[in-house]
Amino acid sequence: MKSLNFLFKSSASSPFNVMMRKEMADHIRSWRFIVLIILIVLTFIASMYVSLANIRSATGNVNDPDHVFLYLKLLTTTDNSIPPFHVFLSFLAPLLGISLGFDAINAEQNSGTLTRLMAQPIYRDNVLLAKFASALVLVSVLFLSLALCMIGGGLLLTGVRMEPQEFLRILGFVGLSIFYVAFWLSLSIVLSIRFRAAATSALSAIGIWLFFTVFYQVVLNLAIRSFLPDPAGLSPDQILKYNELILDLLRIAPNQLYMDATTTMLMPSVRSLGPMTMDQMAGAIPSPLPFTESVMVVWPQVSGLIGATVACFALSYFLFMRREIRS
Amino acid sequence: MKDPIIQIKDLSKCYGSFRAVDELNLDVHKGEIFGLLGPNGAGKTTTILMMLGLTEPSGGSVHVCGYQSTGNPVAVKRKVGYMPDSLGFYDQMTALDNLMYIARLNGLGENEGMIRALRMIETVGLTADKDKKTGTYSRGMKQRLGLAEVLIKEPEVIILDEPTLGIDPSGVRDFLSLIKSLSREQGITVLLSSHHLHHVQQICDRVGIFVKGKLLAQGNIDTLSKALFGHEGYVTSVKVAQELPQPWPKDAELMQWKGLERISIHGKEVEFTCSEDLTAALVRFFVKEGYDVLSVHQKEYGLDEIYQKYFEAQ
Repeated sequence: MKSLNFLFKSSASSPFNVMMRKEMADHIRSWRFIVLIILIVLTFIASMYVSLANIRSATGNVNDPDHVFLYLKLLTTTDNSIPPFHVFLSFLAPLLGISLGFDAINAEQNSGTLTRLMAQPIYRDNVLLAKFASALVLVSVLFLSLALCMIGGGLLLTGVRMEPQEFLRILGFVGLSIFYVAFWLSLSIVLSIRFRAAATSALSAIGIWLFFTVFYQVVLNLAIRSFLPDPAGLSPDQILKYNELILDLLRIAPNQLYMDATTTMLMPSVRSLGPMTMDQMAGAIPSPLPFTESVMVVWPQVSGLIGATVACFALSYFLFMRREIRS
Repeated sequence: MKDPIIQIKDLSKCYGSFRAVDELNLDVHKGEIFGLLGPNGAGKTTTILMMLGLTEPSGGSVHVCGYQSTGNPVAVKRKVGYMPDSLGFYDQMTALDNLMYIARLNGLGENEGMIRALRMIETVGLTADKDKKTGTYSRGMKQRLGLAEVLIKEPEVIILDEPTLGIDPSGVRDFLSLIKSLSREQGITVLLSSHHLHHVQQICDRVGIFVKGKLLAQGNIDTLSKALFGHEGYVTSVKVAQELPQPWPKDAELMQWKGLERISIHGKEVEFTCSEDLTAALVRFFVKEGYDVLSVHQKEYGLDEIYQKYFEAQ
């Protein structure tokens, strides 16, 4: 604490800031955060290494409308030996969120510190908010510095000028990733309020994560096969309608939302996330979309992620605010 | 008389059909040490949580320092220091850091907080261990650190929930005398809950006996014992070296004495129940009759007996 003290040499600060500071210091010192940072940095380095090895062929490929965007290519190019960074992140971000939040409230309750904390003149919601915000600040700093390192390294290595829209897209990707972590963080905080044992809340959070990443699609496929009519006997219009229904159902899973959104952000030529009819395709020139158009395409996904995060956070308020605090 | 600093009116708390606290009325005045005495599960902790606004009452109201606990818990918590029964600290932080965290949460600046934290650590006698991690602290040390933490906000009222739980007898004595001296010097009102009668008896000005969510009696220990045992008057027991025959031949002679009401003999011990104090006369009588008196004991009623009495009544 000594080394941090001089940084915040203010006179009395608000209880919320005090709690934020303590929570962040706790996270930075905790082994699990260090382990996760190492994991994320390693995957980042690995995927950068692979994409740098293949960047020449990727940017030289004139058939790809996105080949002019060197920095986006850095994030997405791969030779199929390992997945690109944003796919990695769709697995690791939930883990990061869960590990930062699964014992937020119950660990304090079990060690008897929550009662003491609540006996101080602070508002209850400040405790929740500090837990949520401190973890999110750390994650944002981590992602932002990784992205900036990548941009800086790319500039040094290639010397290619960066398009403003590339920068915006990368920032958008970072923002999406932060929201994605925020969703899992708030979900795990809800579970940490609900369950007294930290292990139970961690396992149920991981269970939810596994369900959405692995089983949800399997279950959905089974259900579709048994409930939907045989596509052979349907008109193209009906097939299109069913396809959209299936996609909508898939998008209940937050990782699907994240994948859709990041793909559109990082690949400017993606125009639609659903099936397109021949009419819509006719006359379209395969060229990158401007940034604002890409944002328009992913806006439903983004609002879905934000909505899920806010819903979880509101639930944690509901559970915590009127709860009896005793150890 | 001044307004009481803690004012509880018709307070109730139900968990489903179970009434943990039942229509409780209690006033605690400024500067006094009040002991809330009751067995486990009597609703002591629930009452304390309601005083601090940490749980909502099902009915009734609590006013502490003039603020209503349910509606304005933050104002109450500014004035009240609370030490819970199962005390925990952030184990990875040192004692001083733990205290500083609480000081900051109470809106103290860095310098002022540090000065107060060091002073409190000195008051509770932990100066030598202030830079140790609290994970290595013993139960007694944690208890003292808990007291330091309660005092750092300079409270008007301190509420201690089972403060003597799990510390050794000499630790208990030190801890209780520390609380008593602090209360006397700084005029702090203390409310402490315990199921340990002797500890409460040592320091409390007034005691409330709390069983099954109800306050059965309150007052100082003298009044309580008078109210309960008043009809029995004075009880003196005399122990002698000789075996006393049954029936005792002196019995009839003694029963002539004015004020002596009952004599009961258990082996070598005789118990006299009198309406006035006959102890000295009884000893003289025994000596004159040639008995070797080993001990004379005039019975005073402690909380043990009071407690027992109430449980018999239940």
